[in-house]
Amino acid sequence: MADAAETKSLSFQDMILTLHAYWGARGCAILQPYDMRVGAGTFHPATTLRSLGPEPWNVAYVQPSRRPTDGRYGENPNRLQHYYQYQVILKPSPADLQEQYLGSLAAIGIDPLLHDIRFVEDDWESPTLGAWGLGWEVWCDGMEVTQFTYFQQMGGFDCKPVAGELTYGLERLAMYIQNVDNVYDLRFSDPVGDVPGVSYGDVFLENEKQFSKWNFEVADTDSLFAGFKAAEAECQRAIAANVPLAAYDQAIEASHLFNLLQARGVISVQERANYMARVRDLAKGSCKAWIDSQSDAWTAKYPGWTL
Amino acid sequence: MDREISGVDAVTDFLLELRSEEIPARMQAGARAELDKLFRAQMAAAGIDVGDFSIWSTPRRLALIAKGLLDATAAVSEELKGPRSSAPPQALEGFLRKTGLTQDQLEDRDGVYFAVIDKPGRATAEVLAEAIPAIIRAFAWPKSMRWGKDSASSESLRWVRPLSGIVAIFGEELIPCEVGGVASGYATRGHRFHCPGEITIGSASDYAEKLRACHVIVDHEERQAIIRDGAAKAAADAGLTLVADEGLVIENAGLTEWPVPLLGRFDEAFLEVPPEVIQLTARVNQKYFVVNDAAGKLANGFVCTANIDAVDGGAEIVAGNRKVLAARLSDARFFWEQDQKKTLAQHAEKLANITFHEKLGTVSQRVERISSIAATRLPELIGWDEEKARTMQPRLKLAADLAKADLVTEMVGEFPELQGLMGYYYASALGSDVAEAIRDQYKPAGPNDDLPSNEVGVLVSLADKADALFGFFAHNMKPTGSKDPFALRRAALGTIRIIVENNLRISLTSLFSAVDWERLYDSKGADYSDPTEEIVAFLIDRLKVQQREAGVRHDLIDAVFALGGEDDLVRLLARVKALQAFMASDDGANLLAGYKRAANILKQADISVAPAKAGAAGDTAVTMAAPAFAGATDVDRALLAALDTAEPAAAAAVADERFTDAMAALASLRAPIDAFFDGVMVNDPDEAVRAYRLGLLARFTGAVHGVADFSKIEG
Repeated sequence: MADAAETKSLSFQDMILTLHAYWGARGCAILQPYDMRVGAGTFHPATTLRSLGPEPWNVAYVQPSRRPTDGRYGENPNRLQHYYQYQVILKPSPADLQEQYLGSLAAIGIDPLLHDIRFVEDDWESPTLGAWGLGWEVWCDGMEVTQFTYFQQMGGFDCKPVAGELTYGLERLAMYIQNVDNVYDLRFSDPVGDVPGVSYGDVFLENEKQFSKWNFEVADTDSLFAGFKAAEAECQRAIAANVPLAAYDQAIEASHLFNLLQARGVISVQERANYMARVRDLAKGSCKAWIDSQSDAWTAKYPGWTL
Repeated sequence: MDREISGVDAVTDFLLELRSEEIPARMQAGARAELDKLFRAQMAAAGIDVGDFSIWSTPRRLALIAKGLLDATAAVSEELKGPRSSAPPQALEGFLRKTGLTQDQLEDRDGVYFAVIDKPGRATAEVLAEAIPAIIRAFAWPKSMRWGKDSASSESLRWVRPLSGIVAIFGEELIPCEVGGVASGYATRGHRFHCPGEITIGSASDYAEKLRACHVIVDHEERQAIIRDGAAKAAADAGLTLVADEGLVIENAGLTEWPVPLLGRFDEAFLEVPPEVIQLTARVNQKYFVVNDAAGKLANGFVCTANIDAVDGGAEIVAGNRKVLAARLSDARFFWEQDQKKTLAQHAEKLANITFHEKLGTVSQRVERISSIAATRLPELIGWDEEKARTMQPRLKLAADLAKADLVTEMVGEFPELQGLMGYYYASALGSDVAEAIRDQYKPAGPNDDLPSNEVGVLVSLADKADALFGFFAHNMKPTGSKDPFALRRAALGTIRIIVENNLRISLTSLFSAVDWERLYDSKGADYSDPTEEIVAFLIDRLKVQQREAGVRHDLIDAVFALGGEDDLVRLLARVKALQAFMASDDGANLLAGYKRAANILKQADISVAPAKAGAAGDTAVTMAAPAFAGATDVDRALLAALDTAEPAAAAAVADERFTDAMAALASLRAPIDAFFDGVMVNDPDEAVRAYRLGLLARFTGAVHGVADFSKIEG
């Protein structure tokens, strides 16, 4: 039985393709990952910046996410310093967002009369983005598979209208669907004819080993500190020059360098809050500059809209 | 109930259902109370008697059924008295504005305007149509949100999660209303997965049963019972015993519309992790119950509560949950193993990097202070002999130095509520006295919590609280009103319970004074005024609150404490209890009456009756009565003689802590003082006699004050 179930289940890449097809068919633009190192799909400017303002915005994308402190040298079956999030943003949040979401679970093979799907309170907050929302973590048989949030604020500004955000943890979902206990055993792709399939481990195990070592032991902290300062200064210059998208890139950069410094263990408890506040200021400043650059167009197109 | 309106009995049942996306489980009880409050208020304002009504909640709906509402409100005639007809025109204008009438509609009765306003009865249906949107708009959630297209405006409706439907049926009639783009209707929805389509409700009477047929048990108490009993049965069927947890019952009932408890097992190997860790992991992260084996030890089982009748009977659900729990327990075991790769002393080194409070230094510095109080000061203060103090000192120091080390372990980082307990496990090789002291340092956490189990723990726990009280009071960060961010009331209560219940003889003043502020608190020249007096007063205040339940009168605590110098809680309470027994006796009540009379007379004569503070020099305020005075009567002399006997007897008894004897000595004054008031006049025309008698009364009050300040006693 187990074998039959396994061959029937989607490979990692087919799961992504299925989600793309599902959300594409519901009007989402399928974007590509942002080409910078970020800690979560929310950092993609398609979420952070585009969740601001009155314009409708419906997109879905995969975002590689880096969390240096979660690295385990490839030795832990569940924890990775690099993993994937599947991110869906629907603005304004549609009335049937929960139903659409549940439809996507069915599409990748989760039967809600066989598995226990639950919406469990989990309010989302990102201190570094000055953002928060209300929603749930979605449980499937007790496992958190998705973060489901109605954004209320981003960069310290009210979301008007509110966007619905779905963040799927792809590896967890795939482990669930494929019924494997170790992330490296996931079928990334299936064999086709003579061409063998590859496992998640084939693709990423070596990365996890090397990057865990670099994150925790090797990365040069002086360069990281210098990089943080440079990104901070560049972000402020870009804000002053009224190029908020470029400014936001530097905010992302600073955020990631801060995460690396944390992994290197060189930021004391006392300094931590201070660094987080600096990153938040950059993110908020970029959001504000983005709003400033767009608000004339927004109010022209959406009379009555106010910040 | 027999109610009549317009000659016809007309009562009708009302159903209201407010549907929304999943309401957080922890908010549902509060939401029911809020709906109750708002519905009552709306109906009361309209003059509708609501009688009995029920309120239920599920994750997806709040429901209210009010039975037997009258169909219409009674017509009422309201009469308002206005200004005199001769009053200035402004008064009349104001009255007209207030009533909305014109002058010719007013009645002039003997020169005073009256407004008679007839309010016709209103149809209840009409009242409800206005009340429902008002209730929804006024509803207070702990956190609320905006959503959807309307949220482009800041004024859009707020609700805990998107509001998705309103059912409002009065009898069988729809109450039409609309709020935030959601219009009322007859349709609701059943279970999200078992019965996803619309279902039509006919009236309040078929609501619960129609939902039940669609896999929704709307009554939260019924769901709680299903979980409570079902979880116990699932465990019993496997020969195990459920560890009851009512909080989990309520939470799971708030997460399900169709609860199905299911038993699962996990790998026995995880049982090497402390049982508290397993229970906490299961409860906090997964909302599972845990189970015990026949011997009462934690077994490798759990009970989860599903929200569906799964097509396979739940096998897949259990398998999935088992896997999640296994991953959680692997993490816990990893923390458990990692933490033990270092000694507690090595962990403790990291405390130097953690700020306790910006004005009170790092946790390391706090540990140093606690260690100094526990190992160096407390043994002497509580009267241990030198040998015992010397023997115990290394144990005290070890326990105090390591007490906070578990704060930087992985396990406590993950589960902060395990602080102390993990220290206990990690200190197991250091001896049970030290390990238990570490475990017990935060005890007692409340009025019913256990006290530290051994002497080392008692002293470390006391030192922990003393340091917190001293530090925060010295920086003027005292609790105010409902604000007590540093839990100082709990620290005070803990201090009281440890001292009183262990019969520790300690002067609170000595405990809190003579602290090396500059050195231990790293004060850097910060403003500092000795907080000792304030802390002791705070502790006495908390003592009154704490003792109230034991039936000890707060005014008697004041009466003893007001004497000053009584800062030994054990002695203070013994004295208060003897006093309370005395006050309950006939002698006590009469003596109090005599005392109050004496105090009044003295006050009128401008003679101070305040008890001399302990340690104050001499009793200068009272004029002593000369032993031999020519003008004295037998009654005067009898009182004097009684005082001569009672005063030293009471003083000696107090000194020996024979408080019942002290009360007996006071009781001996009752007859002579009664006879004195009956037999002589204090304010004798002869100035010398008057002065003599005032002196006698001053001595009498003074003698009473030797035992307690009777001026603080009520009654």
